[in-house]
Amino acid sequence: MADFSTFLPDSAFALDVEAKDWREAIKLAGKGLVDAGFTTDDYTNQMIETVEKLGPYMVITPGLALAHSRPSDAVLHTGLSWVRLATPVEFGNKANDPVSLVIGLAGRDENEHLEVMSAIAKALMDQKKTAQLAAAQSPAEIRAILES
Amino acid sequence: MDILCVCGMGIGTSVLLKMNVEQAAADLGMDVNVTTSDAGSAKGTANMNDLVLTSEELAPELEGTSTPVVAITNFMDMDEIKAALEEHA
Repeated sequence: MADFSTFLPDSAFALDVEAKDWREAIKLAGKGLVDAGFTTDDYTNQMIETVEKLGPYMVITPGLALAHSRPSDAVLHTGLSWVRLATPVEFGNKANDPVSLVIGLAGRDENEHLEVMSAIAKALMDQKKTAQLAAAQSPAEIRAILES
Repeated sequence: MDILCVCGMGIGTSVLLKMNVEQAAADLGMDVNVTTSDAGSAKGTANMNDLVLTSEELAPELEGTSTPVVAITNFMDMDEIKAALEEHA
């Protein structure tokens, strides 16, 4: 079982916050990663550059963006951040916009984050869990849903 | 069946897609070997696979490969992934 208290600590959350556009939403996800000690500010810029260069492909399912860049010096530890937006924003992904949840991902290498990603994939595939995640009131509650 | 999942960096969305493709294949009773790659190096390795799965935005980057490329819109939609696997099985 993935240890979410390490990979997704309280400081990595921003719940029901406002972002005026996708850049600001990714900045919030980057801030969560920085606050949790996972990345430096450079990584936030790298995540934004990735979308600028490759398009909004990170919006992988309706309402969800998995913001990330590649492993680099800007990644200090593997971890996630969780930004739930009060007002959904457009990323420019026709099929899956607007986005209400941005998960920031920082991976030290290609393997360390697999267990956490697997737990998240399972939760996102489960409609009951996605509804619970949208309604959850605290980081602890969200972690408990992901771990269940 | 060898399947390559491609995303921009090869560590985020393609990894999620790989997990879901493996699950879909297991449900269908298909024997698959799934690898992941970033869009840049995918052109070189695509031909060694039977099927390439990626997102709508990245599919154009893979033009010119002889392997069928299927764009998945919803990476969490098992039915969409299963349909892609069944079509190219």
